[in-house]
Amino acid sequence: METAGTPETVPLNGTEDVVRARHLVRDMATDLGFDLVAQTRIVTATSELARNTHLHGGGGSLTVTPVQDGRRRGLRLEFTDDGPGIANVPAALTDGWSSGGGLGLGLSGTRRLVDEFRIESSPGQGTRVEVVQWLKRR
Amino acid sequence: MIAAVLAARGPQVLDAWVTRASRLAGDGAAELERDGTAVLDALRTALSSDGGTPDLAPVTGLLGDFGARRTRSGDAPAQTAGLVLALREALLTELADAGEDADRFEVAREAGRIVDELALGSFGSFLAGREEVISAQGEQLLELSTPVVRVWDRVVAAPLVGTLDSARAQVVMESLLQAISDDGALVAILDITGVPTVDTLVAQHLLKTVAATRLMGADCIVSGIAPQTAQTMVQLGIDLSEVTTRASLADALAMAITRVQAHADRSARR
Amino acid sequence: MSSVPVVRIRGALVAAMQEDIDDHGALELADRLADAVARHGATTVLLDVSAAQVVDSFISRVIVDIARVCRLLGAQVAVVGIRPAVAITLVELGLTLEGVRTALTIDDAMNALEEGAGGNGWHT
Repeated sequence: METAGTPETVPLNGTEDVVRARHLVRDMATDLGFDLVAQTRIVTATSELARNTHLHGGGGSLTVTPVQDGRRRGLRLEFTDDGPGIANVPAALTDGWSSGGGLGLGLSGTRRLVDEFRIESSPGQGTRVEVVQWLKRR
Repeated sequence: MIAAVLAARGPQVLDAWVTRASRLAGDGAAELERDGTAVLDALRTALSSDGGTPDLAPVTGLLGDFGARRTRSGDAPAQTAGLVLALREALLTELADAGEDADRFEVAREAGRIVDELALGSFGSFLAGREEVISAQGEQLLELSTPVVRVWDRVVAAPLVGTLDSARAQVVMESLLQAISDDGALVAILDITGVPTVDTLVAQHLLKTVAATRLMGADCIVSGIAPQTAQTMVQLGIDLSEVTTRASLADALAMAITRVQAHADRSARR
Repeated sequence: MSSVPVVRIRGALVAAMQEDIDDHGALELADRLADAVARHGATTVLLDVSAAQVVDSFISRVIVDIARVCRLLGAQVAVVGIRPAVAITLVELGLTLEGVRTALTIDDAMNALEEGAGGNGWHT
């Protein structure tokens, strides 16, 4: 995977930032030519992860980068924070949290929305989540 | 050295090339001449530029385009490759008369190297073009094989045929939901009569689709579960207890019509 | 962000969720709806989300809460106009809006709620 455009970074320190992050991702996804469903998936994932960064990570940032892998193009999102970190990542990734939503990290559900999902986190080391959505031609 | 030859004897090289090429391609000489001129011009430019190894990418690109065009009009790939390689003969023929004896071997080798690079590069981009076509066709097949039909007033149905993998299941879900939205459907029927095997993964996709149609306010009926399939599902622990099912598409349709009728009656009363 | 009004249509309270609703806006909408139900003694509430292109876990939770609160106040709630793409993302996130009635249009919603009270609707 290699960079195929100019990355854009936005802070994630409040609820307005979460909305701004959604707009940024939606705009960049539209520019790349994602269809409506794919756009909605990546923007919804952005909302979830941005909120996590803001609420659980004590604030952080999102960097959005157009990427390329061979002939397919996509969008890479990197959410980083210097917060407390996640003690048990595998547990956070299993379908354990209630379907009520709004509480907990909801990472397992978010992972299903995107094509690639990587997370690095440990107590005291902050958290970094990287997701990639590839353009599927229809 | 080669650039100089191209500059001095361009027309002769072109002529030699077109002669050989038309023997291979059976093309109109005019088209070959046009393409050939463009390639030789690009080649001369590339070789004339200063410093280091010449960048043949523009030339390869041109050849790739020509190759693609020829393939579209029915030429075999070998023919197209032959055209590129014919350039080697043409170049060497003209180079034979130019320059000193001492240089000749080097020049010939350089010419060979250039043609090899062009051949490899243009063939590479040609193959990439084919892959894109195959990939696009694959996508189209996916869409064609998952049609959703309006079978009654406010009833849509997706009769699935063949194996249901993740990609197809995704397309089915999206198509069905869009159809519900477009038609204002009250009932959606997912008919799996033509789906040979239903494993845990397929069942998960079905359950997701059912859940999504419910969120849009439509009822979903899964029809066409074969007795064998029903047994497999029970053994695999797949829980379809929350899902409305019917043995056949016809049964599902009957149920759907009753539902829609009841809805219409209520609306009329209000 | 300006507040969207809660209106009465054929005896039901109807509120529309805005396209780019943020967390604050959603909570504020929940408050206003609860107020309106109490004030009018409404028995039917329709929440129109057709403008929402994105419904994440937070908004989904607010929607479920609105339904619960309104029920406590004596009103049935239906969520109207969930878009296909939104339905897909909700399902992937594992959010089923349990206990909340849904419908494509306001008309269908009224119809379904009528049937629901003692009727045998197939889905929640």
